[in-house]
Order: sequence, then C-alpha cells, then structure tokens
Amino acid sequence: MATVTGTMGGVLPRPSIHTTGFWSWVTTVDHKRIGVLYGVTAFTFFLIGGIEALAVRAQLARPEQGMLQPALYNQLFTMHALTMIFLSVMPLGVAFFNIVVPLQIGARDVAFPRLNALSYWLFLFGGILLNAGWLFGGSPDVGWFAYSNLTGTDYSMGAGMNYYVTGLQVLGVASVAGALNFIVTIVNMRAPGMSMMRLPVFTWMTLIVSILLVTAMPVISIALIELTFDRLFGTNFFNPALGGDPILWQHLFWVFGHPEVYILILPAMGIVSEVLPTFARKPLFGYAFVIYSGIVIGFMGWGVWAHHMFITGLGPVANAVFALSTMLIAIPTAVKIFNWIGTLWGGQIEMKTPVYFSIGFVAVFIVGGLSGVSHAATPSDFQQSDTYYIVAHLHYVLFGGAIFGLFSGIYYWFPKVTGRMMGETLGKWHFWLMFIGMNLTFGPMHWLGLNGMPRRIYTYPSGMGWDFWNLVATISSYLIAISMLIFLHNVFRSLRKGPRAGNDPWNARTLEWSIPSPPPVYNFAEIPVVLARDAYWEQKYGSGHENGQAHAATSEHVSEGQYGAAADERHDIHMPWPSYWPLITAFGLFVVFAGLLVNVVFAALGVLILFYGVYGWALEPVAE
Amino acid sequence: MHASTTAHPAEHDTSTGLDNRKLLMWAFLGSDCLFFGSLISTYMIYRGRSLTPPFPGEVFDIPYTSVSAFVLLMSSLTMVLALAALQRDDQRGAKTWIMATALLGSVFVGGQVYEFTTFVHEGLTLSVNLFGTSFFVLTGFHGTHVTIGVIILLSLFIMAWRGKLTSHNSLNLEIAGLYWHFVDIVWIVIFTLVYLLPYPEHIAG
Amino acid sequence: MAVLKRCPIPPLLPLVIILSFLLAGCISDDPMSTFSRDGSAASLELDLFALIWWLMVAVFVVLEGVLLYVVLRYRKRPGQEDVLPVQTHGNTKLEIAWTIAPALVLVALMFPTIQGLGILSEKHGGDAINVKVIGHQWWWEFQYPDYGTNPQGQPLVVTANEMHIPAGKKVNLALESADVIHSFWVPRLAGKTDLIPNHHNTMWIDAKNPGEYYGQCAEFCGTEHGMMKLRVIADTQGEFEAWVSAQKSPQPAATGVAAQGATLFLTKGCIACHTIAGNPAAQGKIGPNLTHVGSRTTVVAGFFENNTENLTKWIQNPDSLKSGNIMGRDAPVYKVPELAMTDEDVKMLVAYMQSLK
Repeated sequence: MATVTGTMGGVLPRPSIHTTGFWSWVTTVDHKRIGVLYGVTAFTFFLIGGIEALAVRAQLARPEQGMLQPALYNQLFTMHALTMIFLSVMPLGVAFFNIVVPLQIGARDVAFPRLNALSYWLFLFGGILLNAGWLFGGSPDVGWFAYSNLTGTDYSMGAGMNYYVTGLQVLGVASVAGALNFIVTIVNMRAPGMSMMRLPVFTWMTLIVSILLVTAMPVISIALIELTFDRLFGTNFFNPALGGDPILWQHLFWVFGHPEVYILILPAMGIVSEVLPTFARKPLFGYAFVIYSGIVIGFMGWGVWAHHMFITGLGPVANAVFALSTMLIAIPTAVKIFNWIGTLWGGQIEMKTPVYFSIGFVAVFIVGGLSGVSHAATPSDFQQSDTYYIVAHLHYVLFGGAIFGLFSGIYYWFPKVTGRMMGETLGKWHFWLMFIGMNLTFGPMHWLGLNGMPRRIYTYPSGMGWDFWNLVATISSYLIAISMLIFLHNVFRSLRKGPRAGNDPWNARTLEWSIPSPPPVYNFAEIPVVLARDAYWEQKYGSGHENGQAHAATSEHVSEGQYGAAADERHDIHMPWPSYWPLITAFGLFVVFAGLLVNVVFAALGVLILFYGVYGWALEPVAE
Repeated sequence: MHASTTAHPAEHDTSTGLDNRKLLMWAFLGSDCLFFGSLISTYMIYRGRSLTPPFPGEVFDIPYTSVSAFVLLMSSLTMVLALAALQRDDQRGAKTWIMATALLGSVFVGGQVYEFTTFVHEGLTLSVNLFGTSFFVLTGFHGTHVTIGVIILLSLFIMAWRGKLTSHNSLNLEIAGLYWHFVDIVWIVIFTLVYLLPYPEHIAG
Repeated sequence: MAVLKRCPIPPLLPLVIILSFLLAGCISDDPMSTFSRDGSAASLELDLFALIWWLMVAVFVVLEGVLLYVVLRYRKRPGQEDVLPVQTHGNTKLEIAWTIAPALVLVALMFPTIQGLGILSEKHGGDAINVKVIGHQWWWEFQYPDYGTNPQGQPLVVTANEMHIPAGKKVNLALESADVIHSFWVPRLAGKTDLIPNHHNTMWIDAKNPGEYYGQCAEFCGTEHGMMKLRVIADTQGEFEAWVSAQKSPQPAATGVAAQGATLFLTKGCIACHTIAGNPAAQGKIGPNLTHVGSRTTVVAGFFENNTENLTKWIQNPDSLKSGNIMGRDAPVYKVPELAMTDEDVKMLVAYMQSLK
C-alpha cells in the first residue's frame, strides 16, 4: 500500500524544519511545543466546560426554572464532567508532563517524540469526537459515569452515547500512548547521576500517574468496547433481558474511575511539591515520605473502587472492606498535607502568585479530604451518596485541588515556556476571586446535600430549603468566571508586555531553571551531571548550604546558565525531525471511530489511513 | 522501524541500559494485561449465567480447538528459533523461522475463523445470548492481537528478505517476539478458562 | 492592590462558611433534611455522621490554623536576601508519628461503621410489614404482598408514588427495577439503596411518628430523573388498616360524567398502559396503577398536588408539566390526530380519575 518514494525511504517527503508558522506546529515533535499545544487545547476545553457549568448553575439558581429543558440540561451536566475530566484536567496535567519532565531530568526530548505528537493529535480528535454531538444529533446525557443499562439503545436512542463510547475510546488510546512514553522517558532518559531518589517530585508524580494511566485505561477501554458492541452490534453485555448485569459496568467503570481520581490530582500534588520548596527557599520536607505516599496512593487507588457503589447493595461485608480501604487511603494523603506544611515551616516564603495558588491548594484540599472521610463511613454515605454533598466534595478535590495546583503550575512555569513573567497584581486578583468564588460556589453545596438535594436534577420545587444557597452558588460561580477572564487578560498581556524572565526568575531548585527561557530546541547544550536532589539548587549553593549561608558568588555564576551557553553554535546536536505521520495516523484512528457511527465503509477507509500512517511512520528515518 | 527513535543516538545510552523500545513494549504488555484481564473477567463473571441456548457444551469442539492451541504454542517455539538464528547471523534460518511463525499464526487465525463460522451455523451469534456475546468478543479480540502479530512478522520477513534485518538490529525481532509470546500466553489462559474448565451441569448441553 | 499584598491567605473563609452551615444544620427541619431523627436508620446514620463531623472539624481547625500561622509567621522579610533558612530535609520520627496518628483515628471509625452496617442490613420479622418497591422511568410502584392477591397473582394493594406505612413498625422493602437503575431515598427516614434490573436489593425503613416524608430517586435514571419524587405517608395503625381495606375494596361503578370518562379510558387507549382493578379491560403494566388514584395526594411522580387543575393539564398535555415523560412521548392519543382529545374529553377523564377513591 505504501509506495516508497524519495531517497530516504519515507513515503512522503520530509517536512522541512521551520521554527515558526502553522506547519511547524502541525509537524512538530518537540516536547515543549507539544506541551504548549496540549495546554492551549486543554484550556480551550476548560473554558467550554466552564460555560456548560455556568448554564447548569443558571438553571438551578431559582426553583422550578424553565430556562433549560431536562433533555438539554442532562447533556450539559454530562458534558461538563466529561470535558473537565478528560479534556481539561487530564490534558493540562499532560501539558506539564511534556513541558517540564524532560527538562527536569536533563533530557533533550521524550523517548519517542513522534509517539508524543500522536498522543496530542489523538487527544484533539477524541475531544472533537466527544463534542460532535453538539452539532450532530445530541450529546451524551447520562452522566459521565454512564451507568448501564440506561446507556443501551432501549433507553438512549439518540446519537449521544455513540459519541461517548467512541470519543472516550480515542482519548484512552491517546492517554495510554502518552503515558507509555513518559514511563520510558523517566525510567530511561535521566541525566547521569539522577537516581530515582534524586528525581524531582513532579517527575515522580508523573511516573506514578503514567503507570496508573497505562493500567487503568485498558479497563475503561473494555467497558467502552462492550458498550459499543451492545449499541452498534447488538451484543448483550448490559442487557438484563438476557441475563446481562448492569453492575458489571459499574465495577469496570470504577476500577478505572478511582485510579482516575488520582490521575487527576497527583500532577497537581507534584506541582505544589515543586512550588512550595522554591518559594519557601527550603527543600521539600520529607521527600522520601512524599514519594512513598504517592506510590502508596497509586497502589491503594486500586482497592477502593467500590466506595462509589456503597448504595448498590454489595452487602455489609464488601461495604465494610471497602470502607476500611477508603479510610486507609486517606492516610498517605494526610501525610502529604503535613509534609507541605512542614516545608513552609521555618522558611522564608516569598508571596508570589504561584505560591498563592499552592497554599490555596493545600487550604482547600484539606476540606475535600476531610469531607471524604464522612462518606468513607458507609452508613453515613447512605445519606450523602448522589447528593450535592458529593458534588461539593469532588469539586473541593478537583477544582480546589487539581485546578488550583494546575494554575500554580501555569504561573510558575509560564516564564520558562514564554520567556516572560506573568503580571503579579492581576495574578493575585485572579487568585482571590477564584478562591472566594470557589468556596462560595461549592461550600454551600455541602449544606444543600445534607439538606437532601440530590445530584443531577434539573429543577427542584420551592419549600425544600434549597433556594437560598442555590442562588448563592450560582452567583459565586460567575465570580469564578470573572477570575478566568482576568487570567486570560493576564496571559495575553504578559505574552506581549511581561518583563523578561531570564533563566531562573524564582531562584528555583530543579534543572529546567538552569537553561534559557524559553529553552532552546535541544534543551541542554550539554547533558548535565547530577550530584544531588534539587540538582540546580545544589549547583548554585554547593554542598555547604546546610549551614544556612547563601553562596552568592556561586549563585551568580550559575544563573548565567552554563548549560544554555552558546546556543547558536550547537550544530552537533541531532534532534528528531518534524513528521506528518503522527497526524496522519491519529486522523486514521479518528476516521475509524467516527466512521463506525456513520458507515462501515468509512471505518474501513479509516483502517486504510491508519495503516498508511503506521507504515509511513515505520519507514521514516528519524534523523537525516 | 530500524532506526532508534530517541534523541540519543546510541542504543544503550539509557539510564537502565535497557533499550527504550524494549521498555516501551514491556510497559505496553503490562497495559495489555489489564486489557485482557478486564475482558476475561467479564467472561468469567458471565460464565454460566447465559439464559438461552446454545450453551457452551453444545458448540465447543475441544479436540479441534486443542489442535489450534497447539499450533499457536508451536509458533512460540519457532519464534525463539527465529531470534536465535538472527542473533547468530544465520539469515536463511531467520527467514525460514520468521515465515514459519507467521504461517502458524495464520493457521491459528484461520482456524478461529472456521470455528466462528461453524458456531454461527449452529446458532451461536454475537447477539443471541450472553455466552455468544462474551465468547466472541473475548476470543475475537485475541484473534485480532494474533492477526496484528502476523502482520508485524510479515513486515519483518520483508525486511529480512531485503537484507535489512541482521544481528545488529535483531532487537526488532526480539520486541516482536515479546509481543508474540505474550499473545500466546494469553491464549493459554483463555483456552483453559473458556474451553477446558467444566461448565455448571445445567448449561453443559 | 497594596491591601492584597499585605493580606495573607485566610483559610478561615471556608471555616466560617462551614461552621455557619453547621449552625443551620442543627435547626434544619426541611422536608428532605438528613439531620432528622424521624426514622431509626436515619438516626443511626446521623449519629455516625455527627461523630465524624466533629472529629473532622477539630482536624480542620488545627490544620488550617497551623497553615495560617505558618504563612503569617514565615513570610519573607526584608534583610533575609543573603541568609537562607535552615535547610531541614525532614524529620523521620515526626513523619512516622503523623502517619500513625490519622491511621489510629480512621481505624477507630471502623467500629461504628461496621456496627451500623450490621444494623442496617438486618431483616425484620415479627410484626414488620413488607413492601415491594419497583422503580419505573419516572415513577414509583409500591406493591403490598401481605394483603392478598387477585387470581392472576397480583397483590390487591398496589399504589404509585405514595407509600403508606404504619408508624412505629419496621417495613422491609424489596427493591426492584422495571427498566433502569433507580435509587430509593427518603432522607428523613433512611439512607438510599439502588433498584437494579436483575438484582434483588433490600432495605428497611420505619417512621417513629405519623407524618408525611418526602423522597426522591437518587440515581440518575434518564430525562425526568429530577421529577421522580415520592412520599412515604406514615399513618397510625388504625388509619393504615383503614387505608389497606379501602385499597382492597372494589371501585364503585362510575356514574354521570365519570362514567363517560370510563368509556374514554377504554377507547382512547389508556388501558394499554394503566391498570384499574375491577375494570377487566384495564390491565396495562407500563404506567402507574390507577386503581385508587383519586385518593392520592399528588400526581406526576409526587411533584404536583392532586387537584382538578393539575390533572387537567397532565391529561391534556403531559409535556407541559414534565417534558420528558413517556406518556406524552408514546401514547397514541397525543400522536394520532384522529385520537386527539377535546377539552370535553379531558374533563370526563379527570372526573373519572377523581371518582377512583
């Protein structure tokens, strides 16, 4: 099928290396650019998911409002969750993996740059497929958990669920491909001397998240395959009439779904573990404990899934076992919080925007963690399950936790990626509005849930005691929206007018700050040799820093950026060439799944494109 | 496929000394374990819970499937022989054994296609009952894995035919071998749990 | 922004918010409040929650307090540029201590958890009554197997969306679903349990005092999940027995306008989905059993009061009250022009419904 043309054995002529322009982004295999693509795309989806949330809140502002019909409302809350989880928080984490991890471990790129590009394109196509229902035939409307048998063709006749099963499948492939890449990168491409116990904490969390992705995603893939077959080919996996069991879906979904919770939160925890030491000018308190607790969370995350199913009638024994495991998983989380406070203790905290968001993360995450204990205790959860109390809890963890952590990371690494500082004043406005808005939006939901308001209802009668706090939550959600506008203004303003960052604007600790901002294509002119944890700090302050004396001279010398020196003279560094193939391959897979929904002929065409992409890829030399 | 895809040119220039692509394959197989694990779990949960005929005992032909399982097992042996031949630069031997492995794999897949056809004629379809649903999807995805393996082997055979597969890049064959052995082992598990393990009396047929 | 620069992060904000809920919580007597002790199960669940709540409030105050102290006390001050803080890397003893401390607290919480689970999963014999709860999109069916069956084996007492129970007695619920997963929840009486196709879940409830207790489906079950409400009406023993015998007694023959409505009930196709005991033609199982619909306090899955206005709206155009309902979607009377009802027809049907006491 693939005829070999050209002298280099490739099927298409190689794209030439451009450093600017549209095609340079389409064909890029540079981890930093892919990271930016991930970040911008994910943030765009974040705004879309936010608008969906605002619509949901507007409908719930007052009792018995008719602003949104239930059919549309159900699509909105479903797509809000799917968008925030799969298209915003996860890929924003991946954006940081891409931008930061190779720099932190002293590598020139990830292990498989083209595979990395493939992950991005699959993510983009998956996101488009998942959202296609807004234009073609309706979006998924059964909640992000999509409990069978509501999702079968008997009860979900529209196209919405088809976009769910295919869109998530493509996104799953993207996640696994990306995660495999990062496992290999972190295990195999560390700079000399960077042992596992010298890895920056963010990189460690990336490794744990990648392992979770690689193992958890196949489980949801199978659930999705079974549902796809049920919907498109008439199988009976979730058909009660022929003996199918709707609870099987719940098990598969939550066996994936609970590790997924840690996939969402661990990157933010990694970011906070980088930001707090930098701005307190102290090493992370109990590095080993933070790493081990991350690993323990990664393991135990597999043993708690049924706490999402306490009310399905698992029986008292299973309920007790999962209550216990859920109680226990709170311990490593608590340890992390203690260690972060220990890091700040005795430090000299420089109150810049990134540290505001990190401290905000700790402050809010405590609430989410504590409310979690109250539904680990099964009898207590019987009342709270499927109420707004859970909505409050999960938003304290995922918005107050993950999103605060990710914003901390954006403010922290923005200078490294763009070479410019973000505005501090606007940043603090952003923080305070978001912090207050967040607490006033989700805080009242604790009360609403305890006062009996179920989740996922499109309206409620007056007189239930829910009116006032729903109105407060709605108004406050618009406060969050305003804070996002301030953030966007800050980004665009800083891109043009922000002061130059230099190599190391924060006096930071890890290797990414030892090279210019933005980093050259090859990152490190010379691969650094790592002598200690916090490798760059060690270079700046030497081993004599324990006595509390700053070695100003050393610091000055290193901050000139020894590894980034003589950037334009490095013609001897061979970097991977840009490539069309990841895009073509990703497009092929997209056509396979989109085609399944239209016509088998299209799907077959997709398979051809996919094969064409894979063969072109395989025959393409990596460097010329 | 033959050029290293890392930014580091030398193959062994990694922190662990393990080649990047080999590590990738190991990690992928770890992921695939969970993939098959979930499929097999589904089958085991639904095992014996199908309400309507045909039941497993009515359609299974254990001797036939045993033979095709044996064929697949033998292909692992030929895969080992192919890699051994390539590593000692025995081009002719390598080509022979690669082709033999691909052929044995094809025989297995062909056998599965025949088996599926027979089952459908006996009334067991994808949608007729819970057994058909869980059986075809599980064994079908395994068959797809074998088919992909055969395609990889044929590609490697073409490389070898052109003299582009030598002891210097035998890693390509080694990685394909990891995949092939994995798919083989999965079949042993499936064969045992789906075909050999006795079904409850009332649905044995 | 000078104010902002001086102002530290106040983790006190969520504290204040949450404590204010707490105060409100003690006095909440709202229809769906989980702070109620009207049912033994709800009471047990509230005890466990309250224990955890106060424990967590204590942890919260300590942690946020320490965090606030640290942020205030250890901010960078002028003159610190050339001196690094002491570079502590950790303290193993301290870290082991703060790993074990939460572990002890959490494991201790397991004792009331397991005890509670045991009590909640009991089956009650003796003078307990049994009710079979069947979830439908989007309404509730309650069957009372204890009070006799008709020749087809159907219980004589069947109702929809309103469950009568005798106060002070334990009620065993058998939970089943006719279509998708639902969840039975009456917060003032007990926590929730799912109704799942092919599963036979159980739970028990009781109401210590007579009264009306609001409930709602708690598991998302499709378009009109938000309107799938129910009520548990706890009667005194005497009232309950009277209610049972009224439900068992046959319908008096309809007269006047109601009789014309009864005819329409046949000719307009209502019987395809609805059962009315005593009317041999009306045996439908898809919609609610309407045998004594006139005696119910609400219509449309507990969302609207049972009065002439709401009944008229509902029969005339179901979508006007509940846009995703199945009657409006599937019933031929709303689809086929020849079957369409006049205002007069609707009046007759309303009269018939109201006659079914």
